[in-house]
Amino acid sequence: MKIIVVLKMVPDVVEELEVAADGKTLDSEFLRLIANELDAQALEEALLLKEKYTGTVTVVSLDAPEVDDALFTALAKGADQAFKIADGSGALSTRAGTYRLAQVLSTIQGLLPADLILTGAQANDDLDGLTAPLISHLLRLPQLGIVTKVSVDTAAGVATVLREFPGGVRGEYEIKLPAVLGIQAAEKPPRYVPVAKVLAAMKSQAIQSVPAPPVADNGGSLQIEEMAKPEVTEHAQMLRGSPEEIADQLCEILAARGLV
Amino acid sequence: MAGNVWVIAEQWRGQLSEITYEVLALGKELATALGCDLQAVLLGHNVKPLAASLGKADSVLCLDHSALATPVAETFAQALMPIIRARSPQAILMPLTNVSLGVASLLAEELGIGCVNFCRDVRAVDGSLQTRSVLYGGKMEAIVKPAQRPAILGILPGVRPPDEGRTETVPPVEDVTVDVQESSSIRWKRYIEPEIGDVDISKQEVLVSVGRGLQSPDNVAVAAELAEALGGAVCGSRPVIDQGWLPLSRQVGKSGVVVKPKLYLAAGISGAPEHVEGMKNSELIIAINTDEQAPIFHVAQYGIAADVMDLLPALTEAVRSRKEVKSHA
Repeated sequence: MKIIVVLKMVPDVVEELEVAADGKTLDSEFLRLIANELDAQALEEALLLKEKYTGTVTVVSLDAPEVDDALFTALAKGADQAFKIADGSGALSTRAGTYRLAQVLSTIQGLLPADLILTGAQANDDLDGLTAPLISHLLRLPQLGIVTKVSVDTAAGVATVLREFPGGVRGEYEIKLPAVLGIQAAEKPPRYVPVAKVLAAMKSQAIQSVPAPPVADNGGSLQIEEMAKPEVTEHAQMLRGSPEEIADQLCEILAARGLV
Repeated sequence: MAGNVWVIAEQWRGQLSEITYEVLALGKELATALGCDLQAVLLGHNVKPLAASLGKADSVLCLDHSALATPVAETFAQALMPIIRARSPQAILMPLTNVSLGVASLLAEELGIGCVNFCRDVRAVDGSLQTRSVLYGGKMEAIVKPAQRPAILGILPGVRPPDEGRTETVPPVEDVTVDVQESSSIRWKRYIEPEIGDVDISKQEVLVSVGRGLQSPDNVAVAAELAEALGGAVCGSRPVIDQGWLPLSRQVGKSGVVVKPKLYLAAGISGAPEHVEGMKNSELIIAINTDEQAPIFHVAQYGIAADVMDLLPALTEAVRSRKEVKSHA
């Protein structure tokens, strides 16, 4: 089975984010990029599928700071090859990036058709669209999102997938391959890979760089007028002191409400 | 004629979602400001009776077809495409939920129009629309102008109080012929209901909820001890469930359970919008997180900037000794 995983680099929100001087973008000086968390779930699902059904996993990503780390990590985890696609725009646009990806995917020899294209169900910067439905539309493939379980009948050329709905309800669908799936969670938490293994991958494997063709604007462009930290209308009253002092303060608060 | 404002009325399993009323309330404001009508678009199968509840809209377009019986983004987008082309609304407001996810992206791409996700507010400014969109897990907000009309706006839950979108008025309903076929590539099979866990967290008065900040699965026991001392239960945010630290029945948030306990103690939870959606109506929210900027502190009444593992044992101890004193009093 041939599986492609689309990784997108997004700001690590564990770090403090700052707005750049233009007032419209993030300040790159303080920015640390990581692979979108749900894309990491998609990679894990791809690796699990490869283990179960045999096949290859190819990881593709648009070029971005720290992307080499993410791609070498994917190789160390068991991906077979990794492609880095030049990203011209640098603008905050999932749509522009996905055009570029979709165009380039079809130019890399031997890559398409793949049985499955997996990516995260969404990302924290998907302001103008989501990768999975966009790529499915551009490649004319069927798509399902918010997927948490995938099993494949290779002989019949179909996958059975579970998709999340509200309140813990899931829906079961059958989808013809090739298909695009927006993964919400892999069946197992993403595997851990020691740094030594990533370093070994850096020595023994290579990331293939692909130039990007010029991309036409599909007319979906947005204008970001302003970016700012959310205005805090309400903020918790912060309790300070030693753990014991705070515990006592909390007990008073709970006691006042009859909770202890 | 600039076209109307549309709200895609989300229904799932024969019931209108709460967010539909929230988005109707917002749509009414925008239609009034722009001087046009508000129209609700209802899609599904055998859903026409639901149109009577959409009276906040000036009229309802009803798209009823067996192919729309269960949500498939591609089929929903195909059903909407021709009527958007034919009737040229100036804005399409679509609930951004895990029922409708994906439809907006497909529509925007197919029609070559703008799409703005994660809108927590939309305003009409000098005759054009401006959204306030949540980015980076709630750490930033962007004021966004879609460059052309119509624009599809993905609206987050909580944009307006749902009651503002309800009315007794019964709107005129127009049946729209839908030319759509069931997807030849995607076949619906069945719903799988959630397993009932040992504890129904929606019925607990006290919840100690744990997040990634707990660092290790072994620490869940520490939170469970506090929950026990308080006479409640332990639950968690999505990452904790995905890691297998707690069963799915204990997940609070958008794709888990919505809870309203008397006390919600969020331990090591950053407060991503998907999580907040499931607990924001709790009576008392106390949050512990090392990052004082974490969005959870915007919904909590009391906050502690500390490591969960430094505080929880001390709190359990304090609660226990207070209860002991009380029982001897």
